Amino acid sequence: MTNVKSLWLHAAVILLLFALNFLLPEYHRGIFSRVMVLAVFAMGYNLAFGYTGLLSLGHAMFFAAGLYGAGLTIYHLGWSVWPALGAGLLAGTLLALVVGFLALRTTGVAFMIVTLMFAQVFYLTTLYFTTYTRGEEGLVLPQAMRSLALPGASFSLTDPATRYMAALALLTIVLGLVLILVRSPYGRALIAIRENEERMRMLGYDVFANKLASVVISGLICAAAGAAYAVLFGYVGSGFASIQYSILPLLWVLLGGAATTLGPLIGTLFMFYIIDTASDYTTAYLLVVGLALILLILYFPKGIAGTVRERWLPWLP
Amino acid sequence: MAFGPYLLLATLEGLVTAAVLALMALGLSLVFGVMRVVNVAHGEFYMLGAVLAWWFASLVSGHPAIGFLLALILSPLVVAAIAFLAERLVLSRLNYEPEATIVATIGLLYILQQLALTFYGPEARPVQAPFDMRISLPWFGYSAYKLAVIVASILMMLATWFALTRTKIGLVMRATQYDRETAQAFGIPVGRVYAGVFALGAALAAVAAVLIVPIQQAHYLMGLDPLLLSFIVVIIGGLGSLRGTVVAAILIGLSDGIISMFFSPTLAKMLTTLLVALVLVFRPQGLFGTVAR
Repeated sequence: MTNVKSLWLHAAVILLLFALNFLLPEYHRGIFSRVMVLAVFAMGYNLAFGYTGLLSLGHAMFFAAGLYGAGLTIYHLGWSVWPALGAGLLAGTLLALVVGFLALRTTGVAFMIVTLMFAQVFYLTTLYFTTYTRGEEGLVLPQAMRSLALPGASFSLTDPATRYMAALALLTIVLGLVLILVRSPYGRALIAIRENEERMRMLGYDVFANKLASVVISGLICAAAGAAYAVLFGYVGSGFASIQYSILPLLWVLLGGAATTLGPLIGTLFMFYIIDTASDYTTAYLLVVGLALILLILYFPKGIAGTVRERWLPWLP
Repeated sequence: MAFGPYLLLATLEGLVTAAVLALMALGLSLVFGVMRVVNVAHGEFYMLGAVLAWWFASLVSGHPAIGFLLALILSPLVVAAIAFLAERLVLSRLNYEPEATIVATIGLLYILQQLALTFYGPEARPVQAPFDMRISLPWFGYSAYKLAVIVASILMMLATWFALTRTKIGLVMRATQYDRETAQAFGIPVGRVYAGVFALGAALAAVAAVLIVPIQQAHYLMGLDPLLLSFIVVIIGGLGSLRGTVVAAILIGLSDGIISMFFSPTLAKMLTTLLVALVLVFRPQGLFGTVAR
């Protein structure tokens, strides 16, 4: 019963987003496309932070690995979109495997600092190879190269409607994947590790392997978001590897609700519109981010979807 | 210039970096040691110290030493007061949970950075050194103020060490660090001790910043690099070990000065950060720390 309900809810969300493509004014459709891609980033982060309890401060490196994996192969090697996306996914997954393997030897505070430092090394690397990456200034991918070949037709990703649909397709796939994952025995094991790692070890689970798999899948999803961002919006720069982009998914997930499937989407959307509204009145949008973080953690630690689940809809996954 | 004097210059520059870094890392280490809080906003307290130093120094005219001394006294006090308030209003309500406090201090980081940008602006501004003297060595002249920074930093660290090990306040702090609940049972106001330690940590960062502004300029984004370097120092020295922190600060400051004189600074930063991350992975207690109880 609850399975059916949650499936309907998720299908309804996707349908609503599909309908919005035709209803939204141009400006807001652009924001929604961007939000959907970044929400995928937040979903990947949520898998590690929300479900497995691994507070990483370095997820920007997985997003940026996808971004650069796709962007550099298009820009320098002239690859078409599909293989470039594959390169982005591969880069993010391999990076997550290596970083996870090293960083998961530590726990708690040390884990946060280690991930922060690995991400900083990645960021400095993008600056160091500035001949290829053009550092902070970044690369703009030529419009002609950003066309997606599907059987029968080829779509230009620079067209707003196509871009919206591509972002929605990615969101649908990842949302489905996360939904299946967290309801599977493996997802339950991750939540149990978050709640009590020692007990899981006593029960005979290989905690390290489970956590490593969680980091790798999380890195893969974040890289998918990064690679999609590169081909959809055509810009690749070191800014996306900076610490700020490790903090933002944390903020989105906290706002939307950690360990909920729809939370990251809600959080990303809300934060975008809070900043958008605030920037009409003031240029000090970082102040809004800072205040939001503090107020959330003080008064609203479960986030929007988390609170809804606690109060009204206990079946919400 | 021959290689020898060149190395001497690099060493002197490294020692100045080390002196400032040690003060800042000492603050971070104190806060972590006593409260088990990783203060991500520590770099912003440093930045705030520098920006306030410029503001105080610009208030008075006359000899630059007057402005500098005013900044040296007032800037750490103001920063400490802000840190005290932040601790009482936010951190204490989170029960010092490590993850929640990290998120909250990240929030604080953004707020302080944005306030500095709004009220101080994006420019970098210098504070005039209190005295302008050059000590002439056989190969090059060296600013006497930079040497004074090293001396001042050593004095500050000795004072902190004395306060921690020889006074009642230090005893109370160490008792809280050792066992929070027992300390509370013995009537130590743990909450106030925590707030005091947080303010003291921020004040140390601010002192470091006031000392550095005559050499580097005050800028609203200046906090990040020293924050990462202090993390590195505190980790290499062993989390919570004060002696380790000082030794590590000298090590990192010197190698930073020497490496960045001979190699590209980005490459140097990349390698040190990677090295430290690996130290933390394979030797979590740091190079000088002992295994936790």
